[in-house]
Amino acid sequence: MFFFLLRRIGVMILTALALTFVVFYLTNLPPNLEKLAKSEASARMTDDQVDSWLASNGFASPVVQRYGEWLGVVPGWTGTTSDGRPTGRCYNRLPKDAEAPRYCGILQGDWGWSTVFKQPVTEILARSLGHTGWLMLWVMIVMVPTALLIGVLSGMREGTITDRVLSTFSIATTATPEYVSGVILIAIFASATAGISPWLAEHGWISGKTLFQGTATSAMDKITFWNFALPVMTIALYGIGYIARMTRASMTEVMTQQYIRTARLKGVSFRDVVLKHALRNALIAPFTVIMLQFPWLLNGVVIVETLFNYKGFGWTLVQAAGNNDIQLLLACSVVAVFVVLVTQLISDVGYVFLNPRIRLG
Amino acid sequence: MDDLSWTGIFTHGFIRFWPVWLALVLTFAVSIRYRRRLALYGKLFDSTVGMIGFAFVMFWVFTALFAGMIITHDPLVQLSGMKNALPGAAVKSPAEGSYPWYLLGGDNLARDVFSRMVMGAREVLKIAPAATVFAFIMGITLGLPAGYFGGRLDTFLSFLANLVLAFPVILLFYLLVTPEIVETGIPMYFAAVLFLFPVIFFSVLLNSRFHPNPPRRNLYVGAVLVIGLWAYLGLAFNLDPTGVFAMDPNLLNVFVSVVFVNAPGVFRIVRGLVMDIKARDYVAAGQTRGEGPWYIMLWEILPNARGPLIVDFCLRIGYTTILLGTLGFFGLGVSPESPDWGSTIDDGRKLLSIYPHAALVPALALMSLVLGLNLLADGLREESLRD
Amino acid sequence: MENWDPTKPILEIENLSISFFTRLREIPAVMDFSCTVMAGEAMGLVGESGCGKSTVALAVMRDLGKNGRITGGSIRFKGRDLTRMSDEELRHIRGSEIAMIYQEPMASLNPAMKVGAQLAEVPMIHQGMGRAQALALARQIVADVRLPDPDRILQSYPHQLSGGQQQRIVIAMALMAKPALLILDEPTTALDVTVEAGIVDLVKELGRKYGTSMLFISHNLGLVLDVCDRLCVMYSGEAVETGKIEDVFAHMRHPYTQALFRSIPLPGADKNARPLISIPGNFPLPHERPKGCNFGPRCDYFETGRCNVTAIPMSTVPEGDRHESRCLKWSEIDWDAPPAARISREKRPFGPVVLRMDDLKKYYNVSTGAFGGGATKVVKANETLSFEAREGETLAIVGESGCGKSTFAKVLMGLETATAGQIMLFDENVQSTPIQKRGADTISKVQMVFQNPFDTLNPSMTVGRQIIRALEIFGWGDSDTDRENRMLELLDLVKLPRAFADRMPRQLSGGQKQRVGIARAFAGGAKVVVADEPVSALDVSVQAAVTDLLMDIQRENGTTLLFISHDLSIVRYLSDRVMVMYLGHVVEMGTTDQVFAPPYHPYTEALLSAVPIADPRVTRERIVLEGEIPSAMNPPPGCPFQTRCRWKSQVPGGLCDREMPPVRDLGAGHQVKCHLTAQILDTMQPVIRIAAE
Repeated sequence: MFFFLLRRIGVMILTALALTFVVFYLTNLPPNLEKLAKSEASARMTDDQVDSWLASNGFASPVVQRYGEWLGVVPGWTGTTSDGRPTGRCYNRLPKDAEAPRYCGILQGDWGWSTVFKQPVTEILARSLGHTGWLMLWVMIVMVPTALLIGVLSGMREGTITDRVLSTFSIATTATPEYVSGVILIAIFASATAGISPWLAEHGWISGKTLFQGTATSAMDKITFWNFALPVMTIALYGIGYIARMTRASMTEVMTQQYIRTARLKGVSFRDVVLKHALRNALIAPFTVIMLQFPWLLNGVVIVETLFNYKGFGWTLVQAAGNNDIQLLLACSVVAVFVVLVTQLISDVGYVFLNPRIRLG
Repeated sequence: MDDLSWTGIFTHGFIRFWPVWLALVLTFAVSIRYRRRLALYGKLFDSTVGMIGFAFVMFWVFTALFAGMIITHDPLVQLSGMKNALPGAAVKSPAEGSYPWYLLGGDNLARDVFSRMVMGAREVLKIAPAATVFAFIMGITLGLPAGYFGGRLDTFLSFLANLVLAFPVILLFYLLVTPEIVETGIPMYFAAVLFLFPVIFFSVLLNSRFHPNPPRRNLYVGAVLVIGLWAYLGLAFNLDPTGVFAMDPNLLNVFVSVVFVNAPGVFRIVRGLVMDIKARDYVAAGQTRGEGPWYIMLWEILPNARGPLIVDFCLRIGYTTILLGTLGFFGLGVSPESPDWGSTIDDGRKLLSIYPHAALVPALALMSLVLGLNLLADGLREESLRD
Repeated sequence: MENWDPTKPILEIENLSISFFTRLREIPAVMDFSCTVMAGEAMGLVGESGCGKSTVALAVMRDLGKNGRITGGSIRFKGRDLTRMSDEELRHIRGSEIAMIYQEPMASLNPAMKVGAQLAEVPMIHQGMGRAQALALARQIVADVRLPDPDRILQSYPHQLSGGQQQRIVIAMALMAKPALLILDEPTTALDVTVEAGIVDLVKELGRKYGTSMLFISHNLGLVLDVCDRLCVMYSGEAVETGKIEDVFAHMRHPYTQALFRSIPLPGADKNARPLISIPGNFPLPHERPKGCNFGPRCDYFETGRCNVTAIPMSTVPEGDRHESRCLKWSEIDWDAPPAARISREKRPFGPVVLRMDDLKKYYNVSTGAFGGGATKVVKANETLSFEAREGETLAIVGESGCGKSTFAKVLMGLETATAGQIMLFDENVQSTPIQKRGADTISKVQMVFQNPFDTLNPSMTVGRQIIRALEIFGWGDSDTDRENRMLELLDLVKLPRAFADRMPRQLSGGQKQRVGIARAFAGGAKVVVADEPVSALDVSVQAAVTDLLMDIQRENGTTLLFISHDLSIVRYLSDRVMVMYLGHVVEMGTTDQVFAPPYHPYTEALLSAVPIADPRVTRERIVLEGEIPSAMNPPPGCPFQTRCRWKSQVPGGLCDREMPPVRDLGAGHQVKCHLTAQILDTMQPVIRIAAE
């Protein structure tokens, strides 16, 4: 087990390095840097001026070296400003008279400065991750039990009416990406002119104009059912369909296995066949699926946060990417990649625990 | 002209789609008549789910084909007074002979939502299946040897595939589908690699089959190389002197990114299938009569992996459609004027709570297409598992 | 159920009909089936695949799935009709009164549940027993099925046990509630012969000990003879003959039973003097059954206008106990007349040596541990293999799974290269030439026939195309027409209609596919053919035909046949020389007569004793090997067979534990790898004796 973990973590670190380097390379392409120079210094710079601005801000060195600096394994660049003060990667925003450290990359906890929000990246990340954390928590609470229940119920007796109805429902939700379901949900529940809200308002059953709120901005201060239900449902719906289908497939397969017949012909009641014999075997596959859903959930988070104007991680990512905020975008990528890789690790390890057939050397 | 009631909208909308209905009826009549001779495609018509899915998909395919006949107005033209018009609104002071209504209303730039939806189908169905095909060729060409040979090659390719799969799709798009990237020429390098795969795939395919007969082999492989490389130069480098093969750089970028995101998934499926099938006796029989590894991979293994691959192909077109929509939703890549569904949803969502129709129409269109593809895949899976 | 009279039958099936319903049609699987099982009786249900024998078993369990339905008749268990029972009533009977044992032990145990929990469940459900008490009972039953270290076994997951152990657990599970009726559906088909022998003994003994009635389903007549008191032969959904084992085996009264016995290799059959007689034609598909007698079209005694008119009822054969036959003409047929179709052939002399192996070794490096990282181990798949084969000779290579016979074939074919030693093929050294480096000529001269007929042909290519491809690769012929013609000739050679060229493999039956596989192997005029269990997956009646075909082609072309098999009956029938392998070693080699008569190598002796023979005149000495076949990854020190050898005590000084025995020549080329002295070897008695007629 120990060697297995070690190997997996090794591969994971290698993957993380490769991915962050790709992100670093793509965000630090010359056109992006030029844009950065123009937005930071002056929009009407000549090419030469851009070059010299880049050089004096440490962007002239080779990309691998800059990646090392950002990571914190290569000493940060140093130089002098035009008025003779020492400057460098690690000199920015230091308290007065403090000695500049040699290394200042993400390994040292220095994640850089956001050019859009004019704040340290760590602060923005902490705040936005907090918001997204709540969103994800509720998504998980809604999505996982619902999906598993639907999957098990429809898979346990293949071909029945229950199965047909639930399967159709899960296919329909997987065919509805978040930007579609979000739009539909808003149109139905949170539009003053369409859907059910005008009708409800007419009867005086709701006090406001709409049943649910079309934005989740207020949820950043206080989460209520009325401002949070739509964003949570929007993300959860897509996942529910996907996980439910996986669970159903896994469940139907297990239910045709010989050992289920053995159990049935031992005289085990149908309820116990499902609960004691089928469930554990059937949940192995969906477990890994749930974990591997994270890259896609991240997609949902970005779309939903944009759609509902909820300033979480996804919204921040869009702002950073849209405004060429290189440091913030890099930080977002690190977090995203990290989340994905950790969930993959959990999925692998969990699989081994759930499945006694796999023995570790 | 008066505004149309909902019944009126449905009747007129239904009539506009007449070429699609005709084509659908013909397709189904012919297919059901001859279904016993049509292998897996024919068996599809034994499954209700599969038939419904197929109907949805073909509806949009025919809509894309006959879009020119169906649209009521030019999807890019703005008519005065029609800004955010409600569905069924009559066009103010219509020009002579033009269609008198905005069937599904107008968007915030006073364009006809109905026509934009119809033209959007064409945009989506131009890119999604093609990108999926390329992703499949790439995934198959790399997945076959990874599964067949195993060892270091497999470790390396699987690592690469997992690398791409671990990348959050949305981040990748934000990094790859930007005007700055087009400037650096990176998409072109990607395209240079990507478009080489079909050429390699088909030459190897034909070479492995016909190498015992050199004259025929030379003819076939030569033809593939000539046409393939010609298309390759045109598509990847825009160097085709005749101009038959060319691709807009923005579109190329979107295309390449979508293929790039999809290929590792295909790779993993193919690899798994190959590892399963390579233990079969007919593979061993091929080996013992001295067949080369590529013949075995392409002619002995691949045809027998087709069932799961066809199912995945349908699902993946749906997935690609969703991805393209996502790109449009974030205003990435394609031109802002484009009527593709993703961008239209993005345009419409700003006034979503007041005028939902502009976003709702393309949203429902996209949903029905993807739903159709999913149902089709389900039907195919069920039928291919039978007997 | 308490007032059931033990002299009445336990199980009475009357006129049972079962159908499966598909979208297109109703497929009758079992028609008008009747049988009776008395208390303590073992009833055998015999037939080829698709004859409906497993369907009968599942019907007794009332577990026919969604599509299957009982369309007529009754199944009375202890006087109560199972077909009318509610699910709840059935649940009380299943597992407690009737228990079932299945073909695939691994698949029938829940992989995610410990063995103990799976066993204890039975009394907990049916007798409301407490968990601790149930586990104690489980421990006792596990000891009863002779598994070592029951406590450890109860704590393990199924995958941690070997196939034989798993099957013992399944048996233990069936016995937990002391059922009145035990249904065994091909319980040993997935196991090795020597393991099978142990299981069969166990089943017999436990049946006697607990007084359980048994319904034993098998395709193997020999096994049924070993286990059962009565049997019922099924053909195409119908019972065709039923009666006491002795009556049916010695005085069969149905043409199908007779044909079946004539097509299996019993001692005394010989490929030249007394060849097998295969049943002509094919098994009818369920929806293409003929009118009247289902066996009619394949029957030697068929009479138009009589056998193909109406459905034929079972009729009682007066001599014998409850002996019945579904034949109109049974009383008219002269059952003792020798078969007319038997043609004996001349034995063909052998030619020069075409294949010689000298001290061939093949080792693999295998890394242990599921995720790599562990130490690498050397697996010795083949150790010092030496033999030669002559033109026109049949050399059988016999052994159970893991003995290295498949590795040997791979090395010979060039899919792997030898670690050491030499292979002389004709006049060429090929031990280190992989197949890619071999010339088309060499490749086409050595070809292979594979085991699994459903796997041997590419499912998405027509039969003709697959043969033509082989011809193309071997560089045969100058034009497509040439190859096309040659392909048609090859179809003639394997006695398939030429129209088959355009068929897809799924349209062919197992035997037909195997014929195509043979045609493909002989496409380039192969001189040496490795046949890896070519008939073991086929039905008995087809086996004979395919074997005959191979023999015919061999006789005509002087092919050298390397026949890999675990089935000693067929080996004795067709081979000239035999090589017995165990864990990568050749433990005995000699002519067929030498190997099948004492002195034996102890392993050969056990193997011979383990193979069931469907002939009541044959008496076998029962030698049941203890323990499992050791893993090739972790072979025992000294002699590979020492862990299971019953003669080990006869060798002084623990020599077997320490030293690999030398190869000894017992005269006339009979080689044995054993430490036993010549005196002890000479005292060995024949395992199989045939009573005088």
